[in-house]
Amino acid sequence: MQSFQEIIFKLKQYWAQRGCIIQEPYDVEVGAGTMCPETFLRVLGPRPYRVAYVQPSRRPADGRYGDNPNRLFKHSQLQVILKPTPEDVIEQYLGSLEAIGIDLRAHDIKFEEDNWEAPTLGAWGVGWQVMLDGLEITQFTYFQQCGGIDLDLVPAELTYGLERLTAFLQMRDSVYDIEWAPGVSYGDVRYNDELQYSVYNFELADIPTLWKLFELHEGEAARLLKLYDPKSAEKRRFPLLAAYDQVLKCSNLFNTLDSRGAISVTERVGVIQRVRKLAVGVAQAWADQQQPAAAEVAE
Amino acid sequence: MSLPFLLEIGVEEIPDWMVRSALENLRLLFEKLEIPHESVTLDATPRRLVLRAEGLPARQADSEERVLGPAASAPEKAVAGFARKQGARPEDLTIESTPKGKYYSFVRKVAGRPTKDILAEALPGVILEIYFPKTMYWTGKSGPRFIRPIRWIVALLGEEIVPFEIAGVRAGALTAGHRRLGAREIAITTADYEQRLRDHYVILSAEERRGKILKELKGVPYKPDHGLLDTLVYLTEFPTPITGSFDPRFLELPEEVLVTVMRHHQRYFSVEDAEGRLAPQFVAVMNIPSDPEGFVRRGNERVLRARFNDARFFWETDQKKKLADRVPDLAHVTFQAKLGSYLEKTGRTVELVKELGGDAHAVRAAQLCKCDLTTELVKEFTELQGVVGGLYARAQGELEPVWQAIYDHYKPESLEDAIPRHRTAQIVALADKLDTLRGCFRVGLIPSGSRDPFALRRAAQGVVKILVEGKLELPLLDLIGGAGDSAQLKDFFEDRVRYYFRDYRGFKYDEVNAAMAAGWNNLVDLLERLERIQNLRPTPDFEPLAASFKRIRNILEQAQFTGGAEFDPSLLEAGPERELYEEYQRIAGQPIESVISRLRPKVDLFFDKVLVNAPDARVRQNRLTLLNTLLAEFSTIADFSEIVTNS
Repeated sequence: MQSFQEIIFKLKQYWAQRGCIIQEPYDVEVGAGTMCPETFLRVLGPRPYRVAYVQPSRRPADGRYGDNPNRLFKHSQLQVILKPTPEDVIEQYLGSLEAIGIDLRAHDIKFEEDNWEAPTLGAWGVGWQVMLDGLEITQFTYFQQCGGIDLDLVPAELTYGLERLTAFLQMRDSVYDIEWAPGVSYGDVRYNDELQYSVYNFELADIPTLWKLFELHEGEAARLLKLYDPKSAEKRRFPLLAAYDQVLKCSNLFNTLDSRGAISVTERVGVIQRVRKLAVGVAQAWADQQQPAAAEVAE
Repeated sequence: MSLPFLLEIGVEEIPDWMVRSALENLRLLFEKLEIPHESVTLDATPRRLVLRAEGLPARQADSEERVLGPAASAPEKAVAGFARKQGARPEDLTIESTPKGKYYSFVRKVAGRPTKDILAEALPGVILEIYFPKTMYWTGKSGPRFIRPIRWIVALLGEEIVPFEIAGVRAGALTAGHRRLGAREIAITTADYEQRLRDHYVILSAEERRGKILKELKGVPYKPDHGLLDTLVYLTEFPTPITGSFDPRFLELPEEVLVTVMRHHQRYFSVEDAEGRLAPQFVAVMNIPSDPEGFVRRGNERVLRARFNDARFFWETDQKKKLADRVPDLAHVTFQAKLGSYLEKTGRTVELVKELGGDAHAVRAAQLCKCDLTTELVKEFTELQGVVGGLYARAQGELEPVWQAIYDHYKPESLEDAIPRHRTAQIVALADKLDTLRGCFRVGLIPSGSRDPFALRRAAQGVVKILVEGKLELPLLDLIGGAGDSAQLKDFFEDRVRYYFRDYRGFKYDEVNAAMAAGWNNLVDLLERLERIQNLRPTPDFEPLAASFKRIRNILEQAQFTGGAEFDPSLLEAGPERELYEEYQRIAGQPIESVISRLRPKVDLFFDKVLVNAPDARVRQNRLTLLNTLLAEFSTIADFSEIVTNS
């Protein structure tokens, strides 16, 4: 039986052999691998890029105190970005399943329409949920827009739900029973996270403090964006990545406030707009920053 | 020579629900090329759209083209120049007489173009013009758009490849088999195409795939479901059904929940036992020919178990907080940004229920009907909204009319769906829909074209259907024409009422126009009047009388008749005019069905013999008043001048 970590090793190995940079998880809390700069910013612009990384993804509202066998506050996504999309992308993807020991001649694979949209990121794409014997194991998306910008090269984004995939391969009914490493269960490693963050997100998070934090991070992101000068010869030095971290903080705080039931109906749309405005601002500045400065072109 | 043509567009998996309309579109675009052919066949799997045609000519017929040159009087040099330009010698030219004089002309023979060339030129456009509801680009933002990336193209006219290219994909004679059981490149001809696909585990014909599923399900007591079957036919290239089972203890959960999980989330057919009750089994359709090791069955069983466990977990968790205690939580659920929360909507719906004369049960149901939006089960299975609320209300001891009204309040979901089961439920459903419609129109969320994100057409259609079929004699126009209501709402409803009676109930369009012109505030009454018109229509007096009514209307309009003058019987002329009046007096107040045969000859005779436009102004006015009275008497059922007659 392959452990959770062995499956991750094999998938990373597989994609590394196909030209992907293997990144480590991003060190700011995110709701999905898509939000990491390795995806959100790298898909912009004309430069080809291939990357794979496992991203722990936090969804405060999905926490279940460790009680629900299939639902997690923090699950692990394997995120693969292939930019531009190779013609045989689906073949390559199916190959990755075979690499972790799934004989696709004896299993049922279906591609069912599933389009993806992230309003707070101004991003959307079309694609499928990939079903293996009735289980959704991967979200497959052709990005069309990100940060409100049409993409020059269309990247394929493959997002594997690693816990589900492992539970399937190990034939376990509960995520907590899957084997993370020989002799160590997922529950041994993660149960405390699930329990404690559920308590925090649903019961103890201090709403005024979270709002204050939200405003501080929002203010910092907005302050930086205002300082960005597309005409500056020095614009490459400008810390847009740091500004984007502030946006990610806002997004996570928004999700936490939401799970805490602290966002009223009238506020909700407005707060999403605030985050979106910052994310789109960073994306547009980033797209500009990646182009040579006016001065360089003139030389 | 007559040739077969084969076009296969190889695509990554196309959303199943778009395939059939795409094929029809492909057919139309092909026909528009006006290339002669005998027959066209269309086929598709998730990965290919295929058009095959028989009997195409190798080349178009030759034609002649006449080119006029210089005038006959032109200098020799100009004539030689014209001939050279046409690639001809001066002696090949002829002189032609035209209305403007004599001119040199040249008859150019145009050889018919090879069909292959025409196709090569046209096919990229044909393919990229196929309409899909949502398209993508895949080679970059300046590239072509299609439903999913095009990965290969087969284009054969007879034995020859029709050469063209789309997004770097060159048309050829290589198709692809099943993703894992077939080869990636298979050389084919127009003759062996379908068989070669079959050898590589692709059944090209959707009908054959459907037939295979049905045949292999013989003897399995599954619940037929055409929509699901269609989906599965277009999700697979080699479908094979398998039967799995689940723990009978899950049958304690409501059947609605179990069926939804199977049907909507897993695309399984449910299975019934001998008594027609849900059995602990399901049918899944795989995209491979067999499952000898039972991997697929066990995998699906495990997924279903997890789903059912989830549902049970949600069901039990949700029970910890009663629906009634969830009302304040609705403040956190957005109905629509400009229209506030579901708590506010609930308040409005409750008021509307009272206004509609709903009983205490209806009021209670209206208070609780949106509470299930805060439950885990509905967050997970949104399509069960309403139903879940009803089930929880029942489990929590709400009275039968109350839980049933909650359960039914989204009904009818389509014109074919049933209306809520009793009056209490109908009132709640009406109030909910009317509030949505009034609110959305008030803030400018008005459907246009195919854009109707709040499903307002369905809501209005539901209101119409409930009023008519529930025999609710409520004043519709008052309900949608309040002080704050949008004027467009009335027009919107008028269309829905028309649509309901014409397209769903099958009344003729002019009958609907006629009956609605006499009012549509009370839809129950409108239906009765329509039925009367429908019965009257075949009778011999009806159309002539309708024609006469139209004539009366025209006369009154032309005379700019506004009424005013008192009718004076003493001014009546003896004969047809007086007879018409006396007949009118006898039949006034009686239903038109019983008097039409007496009225019609009098009207005919009147128009035959009497000059409405009498020289004496008082007589003329009196005649117009008589006609107007007659028209008004019989126009309460319908405006008969709207009836289209042959005369």
